[in-house]
Amino acid sequence: MAVAESASPLLRINAVTKRFGGFVAVNNVSVDIRPGERFGLIGPNGSGKTTLINCISGAFRTEAGTVMFRGDDISRLPAHMRTRRGIARSFQIPRPFRSMTVAENLLVALDFTSLHGFASAVQRRDIVMSILMRTGLALKADVPTGNLSQVELRKMELARAMATHPKLLISDEAMAGLAGSEVDEVLDLLMKLASEDITIIMIEHIMQAVMRFSERVMCLDAGKIIAIGTPAEVMANKRVQEAYLGT
Amino acid sequence: MKSKSTGVRFWIGAILFLAAMLAATQVIRNEYPFFAGYIILQFVVLAVAWSILGGYAGYVNFGTSAFFGMGVYTAVFLVKATGAPLAVQIAAAAGVGALLGFAVGLLTLRMQGIFFSIATIALTIIIETTVTNWRFVGGAAGIQIQRPPVTPPFDTYVQMLFFVQALLVVLAVAIARYIQRSWIGRGLQAIKDDELAAECTGVPTLRLKLLACVISGALMCAAGAPAAMYFQYADPSSAFNLNYSVSALAMSLIGGTAHWAGPVLGAILLGVTQQFLAVTISSEVNVLILGIMLVLFVVAAPEGLIGLIRKIGNWRAGRAT
Repeated sequence: MAVAESASPLLRINAVTKRFGGFVAVNNVSVDIRPGERFGLIGPNGSGKTTLINCISGAFRTEAGTVMFRGDDISRLPAHMRTRRGIARSFQIPRPFRSMTVAENLLVALDFTSLHGFASAVQRRDIVMSILMRTGLALKADVPTGNLSQVELRKMELARAMATHPKLLISDEAMAGLAGSEVDEVLDLLMKLASEDITIIMIEHIMQAVMRFSERVMCLDAGKIIAIGTPAEVMANKRVQEAYLGT
Repeated sequence: MKSKSTGVRFWIGAILFLAAMLAATQVIRNEYPFFAGYIILQFVVLAVAWSILGGYAGYVNFGTSAFFGMGVYTAVFLVKATGAPLAVQIAAAAGVGALLGFAVGLLTLRMQGIFFSIATIALTIIIETTVTNWRFVGGAAGIQIQRPPVTPPFDTYVQMLFFVQALLVVLAVAIARYIQRSWIGRGLQAIKDDELAAECTGVPTLRLKLLACVISGALMCAAGAPAAMYFQYADPSSAFNLNYSVSALAMSLIGGTAHWAGPVLGAILLGVTQQFLAVTISSEVNVLILGIMLVLFVVAAPEGLIGLIRKIGNWRAGRAT
């Protein structure tokens, strides 16, 4: 039984299709994500990466196909129910709660997702501080999110996602627009989270980051999977090169 | 520990307030202060109720007059059909307001921003039209209402209504304060800041907005119920007057919506000004003053009086160190 469970996928995307009017953004995509996997999702602009993760996290409903998480069909669940089941995400353009401090942003997650809702204020503060410590934001706990730098905002989003106690974390271009050393900071952070038994799907345009991070990479183009495999295999794939460089 | 002591202070303050209001009805013989005070207290309830959805969650509701008018007409209907006492009228109005809030919320809360606001205006017009065509409660011509004999210790019915409205103020503020300080308030604030991010952080956005709409609607309706007895008359165009919507909104925004005290301050400031102007110049000037103050505050103090007070506090603290 235990063996069967560990072998079953954490997330099963089964023939998922999402249309916007006549435009098919995600076209019949199927993939399994294994527990503990570091999964890279790449593809040119407009290839459907963000749409696919919106379908996973519940921001969009799928037209066809199912999303299974830990053996349950979650295709019809609203986003907050998926978050409570253990799917957390960051956003391509950071979306902090701007009227709150960093710590308060995390408290929203604690209030609504975990058993810590009934913990005392001191205990909740401890949980928040331990997450901020791990994400390198401990000194910023009581700073309003409006005063954060770009890299700090990215980390805050990951910290807020962590505060929901996710089993699956989806990072949507958490490194876009960051300087070289900052990219390494965020990448190290994601590596650290992955080592804490969290499955991570990483969308990224910065190739060396995806290659370093991922155990498996999937490349989308025009809503379809054109390659999936180890980073080296995908990079060597002719269609991937064509999609990125043009023919 | 700290929150416990502020809780005690809040309830002591509330009891002192009610005691002072009750004492006033026993000491002051002149009828006018209660006549004017009732209106001010009524606007405090409306502004506090408005801010639960409009302030905390950021959903700007133009439908205050719909809820207020439903409260008035719930009371009118009950008086005419059953002769129910005032307490029953108010409780029934709260129930009707909660149901209406739930129905309106289901219909409109999936819309965001200006679309939600426009839908709430449409709602007001629909309800007003319905009541205008309802003969039993007087239709467009309105209806006269007989006040029953007053209950001791009050000498006049207006004094009693004044005290009842003071009770509603304490109820509304206690609810708003509880929401602001609890997980509900944090969730509503997250919705106001960024609804998608809130949903993806586990906040059940639709359910929380519905809850806010139900509570806000129930309080608005309850605030409207005693108005039938206060005026001894009700007609659709005054019960559903858009002035209630604009005032509740303006008072909340001028007071500041980040704290429950904001709408209270705003309603007292504007309410007193309006009553003063109505006596000294004319009641028509009210709307002009309301407009000017709203523009001034939106430009100069977008966080309202509460924001202004906090800014001055921070500035002083900054100078002290």
